[in-house]
Amino acid sequence: MSEIKKNSYDQHRSRRKFLKGMAAGIGLIALPGNDASASIWEEFFQKHFRELSKDELKGVIARLEKDYSKKYGKQVTVKTTPPIEGVRYGYALDLSRCIGCRRCVYACVKENNQSRSPQIHWIRVMQLNKDKGVALSHAEHYYNPEKVPEKGHFYMPVQCQQCEKPPCTKVCPVQATWKENDGIIVVDYNWCIGCRYCMAACPYAARHFNFAKPGILAAEINPVTHYLGNRPRPKGVVEKCTFCIQRTREQPGRYPACAEICPVGARKFGNLLDTESEIRYLMENKRVFILKEDLNTQPKFFYFYAT
Amino acid sequence: MRNIWNFIIGIIVLVSKGSKAYYCWVITLLVLMGIGASAYIHQLDEGLIVTNMRDQVSWGFYISNFTFMVGVAAAAVLLVIPAYVYGWGPIKEFAVLGELLAVSAIVMCMLFVTVDLGHPERFWHLIPKIGLLNFPQSLLAWDVIVLNTYLALNLTISVYILYSLYCKREPKHNFYTPLVLLSIPSAISIHTVTAFLYNGLGARPFWNSSILVPRFLASAFCSGPALMLLIFLLVSKYTKFRIKDEAIQKIAEIMAYAMFINLLLLGAELFKEYYTDTVHLDSFKYLLQGLHGHSALVPYIWTAMIFNVTAFFLFLIPATRRNKTTLVIGCILVFIGVYIEKGMGLVIPGFIPDTLHEIYEYAPSGTELLLAMGIWATGLFVYTMLLRIAIPILNGDFHVADNGVGSFIGDEVFLSTQNLEEGKAVEEKPVASH
Amino acid sequence: MKILRTACPTLVLLGIISLLFLSAESVSAAKAKEPDRSGQSTVTEKSAAELQPSYNIKNRPKENTFEVPRPPFSEGIFPCTQCHSSMKPNPQRRTLTDFHTDIVLHHAEGERWCTDCHNLLDRDKLRLVSGELISFDKSYRLCGQCHGDKFRDWKVGVHGKRTGNWNGDKQYLLCVHCHNPHDPKFKALKPLPPPVRPGALRQ
Repeated sequence: MSEIKKNSYDQHRSRRKFLKGMAAGIGLIALPGNDASASIWEEFFQKHFRELSKDELKGVIARLEKDYSKKYGKQVTVKTTPPIEGVRYGYALDLSRCIGCRRCVYACVKENNQSRSPQIHWIRVMQLNKDKGVALSHAEHYYNPEKVPEKGHFYMPVQCQQCEKPPCTKVCPVQATWKENDGIIVVDYNWCIGCRYCMAACPYAARHFNFAKPGILAAEINPVTHYLGNRPRPKGVVEKCTFCIQRTREQPGRYPACAEICPVGARKFGNLLDTESEIRYLMENKRVFILKEDLNTQPKFFYFYAT
Repeated sequence: MRNIWNFIIGIIVLVSKGSKAYYCWVITLLVLMGIGASAYIHQLDEGLIVTNMRDQVSWGFYISNFTFMVGVAAAAVLLVIPAYVYGWGPIKEFAVLGELLAVSAIVMCMLFVTVDLGHPERFWHLIPKIGLLNFPQSLLAWDVIVLNTYLALNLTISVYILYSLYCKREPKHNFYTPLVLLSIPSAISIHTVTAFLYNGLGARPFWNSSILVPRFLASAFCSGPALMLLIFLLVSKYTKFRIKDEAIQKIAEIMAYAMFINLLLLGAELFKEYYTDTVHLDSFKYLLQGLHGHSALVPYIWTAMIFNVTAFFLFLIPATRRNKTTLVIGCILVFIGVYIEKGMGLVIPGFIPDTLHEIYEYAPSGTELLLAMGIWATGLFVYTMLLRIAIPILNGDFHVADNGVGSFIGDEVFLSTQNLEEGKAVEEKPVASH
Repeated sequence: MKILRTACPTLVLLGIISLLFLSAESVSAAKAKEPDRSGQSTVTEKSAAELQPSYNIKNRPKENTFEVPRPPFSEGIFPCTQCHSSMKPNPQRRTLTDFHTDIVLHHAEGERWCTDCHNLLDRDKLRLVSGELISFDKSYRLCGQCHGDKFRDWKVGVHGKRTGNWNGDKQYLLCVHCHNPHDPKFKALKPLPPPVRPGALRQ
């Protein structure tokens, strides 16, 4: 009899803990402040980005800008710049020049408001052996010598390849990620359910998940953001390189942060449909290849050897 | 309408009555469910960082369990085919218990997927028309549809049959038989779709082999019936419901063939990878031998292999199949073996090495284990409740009261060795209703 | 049994048809949402995915005139004539001892020395092989004499760092902004830290 009593006490205790948690959860939603609770309900019912009408989108942007500005103590703008007509972005990386200094990695982190803690990097630089060539199974990701480049090695950064036939957009169960007209694969962070199927599907390990609430200091925030790009993300959603959509869609378009900061000029960016662009020049004149060609993803991120 | 209301009241009264063993079991399950719930709240609070999943291994223990349980759910069809297509009596009388197991398994599947999501409150994005379901491109969208269809089918069939028996009516053939026949392709579909969702990823060569779908089906038809056999042997022993020996033997025989196909397909897979010896062998190497010093899964998979082969022989040889003890051992071995092989042994090597050939060794964290345990307890709890209702109905101990008012409960001592004694008078206490 | 034989396939057929109907709807719905790939603008009242008009691709620097920042002279070293106008030019190849001792030539030093590039008589100019004198602002012409392939690539922006706008004005750098002309091999840098290992990724 006492055995049952003890069990029911345990049961009561865990039940109480559970109920407390539930009450806290419900309480959070029904906050006294009208603004906060309204904001949470609005966010919950927000439609997919591509289904929003002009006015609804305005409302969403206003709400986001208000939330971000309040949170980070500075005026944050969220753009929704659409794609430029007649543009298909291409990126090229000069393997004969990259020295593996990782300045691109951290420039990207700064520009795109990635979580510092836990750390998220959209670019991963791999150290490869010159005598083995581009053999990913012999790559070293965590190299940290005194100086780079190290003798006998060359370096290959990998980020989202913005494929023409992306396997990630195929598998998303809610269409939270899709390919835009200018070729950039984007994610609607307010629609993503965090199932991570796209991460299983990506052959380039280009997609990253916010396992925890992103840890960024207010001082580190880049306040110029794009809805589909570098705006601060919530926890539990997938993110990835967007070719700095907040920069490249401007008129005139800026280079992505990684291309701008590369000290050796190994990164080239431009419009693949412009026959006079540097990206077309090097595709026609240099030895260009893509990663994992046999998977037929048709990436728009090309690797080449200038010399 | 009044009948349904009385039925519900009757159910509530029924499940609160039972033997001491029953109470202990249910209370233990509730405690485990509570622990699982608090682990989930912790996970909701902190985010999925409390698991050991990271970018490199983005699916882990939860999805492993999900994959395994889809197989268990699909295996209910193994009872349905002989029962309804061949009209074989010995299985037909308890096929509904298999369908109830499918229901509990699907509930567990849905829970496992829900706890794995980064934004579970956005589940409504998956509902067609209300959200934006990526059908037919995304296999996960297909999975949502077929799992819900299968759940709806099984629930409808079992509730209809049980409620009809409760009302002391013969269930209408023309209504439930088409549904039952539809549940056969539905059962195959849930597991085929789940296999396809792994299969269609070119980025993961470990899963990208055509043989994955038959392997899934073969292992499902071993693991599901193993659990069913164990449960039915328990039911036979501890309740008044009797299951014929020949039914159990027939199921065990089918399992032997399924296990043979499972082992054959595994052998085929191993040959192709080891003989061709490409870079893609790395995942198998990690699983079976260890790779670059990482070998966390090796002892588990070899245990699973040994269990599977042993169980195969136990089921194959008629003597060990007939002997109750070896049969039970075989079932347990199969269940654990397939749980390892199709759970962690399938999901994790797909991520190790990852697409850039990095090795991050994954083992579930404490939160993951507690939460998974909570979901298993939930599944067992659901099935216990369903059995608590179904078995008395099948036995004729729970039906509409003879005077037409309220329901009659003749079985107050569920799950007890008391039931072994034949001819023991059970007190008849009709439940008064308003 | 006969009824079964007809009922069952009918039901299966119904199931498949309803699935196709469901799928057809969502695909057409998805198509409606998918931006038109032909590049034509399909702006409706509801759509937020408007397309911008084409940009002007005529904004291109003319041949041989490149906007470059000032050459990276050491402080006070330019103009050279402030010292050299009063000195007698000495074309003899030697190791310098009075001044410019910090410069060690590691650039085809077996084949050339200072006055092959620095004009002997007017030190504020550089000297091309043809004898033509150019200012330090156009030093790329000097480098391009031997390094023609790099020069060609640099002109279109493929060699070396070039900032600015991908569809507008571009900012070039001189060769010497990255390569010390006397010791041009790019110096090794200290790399920024490697990523945190996934096992150590707790918040």
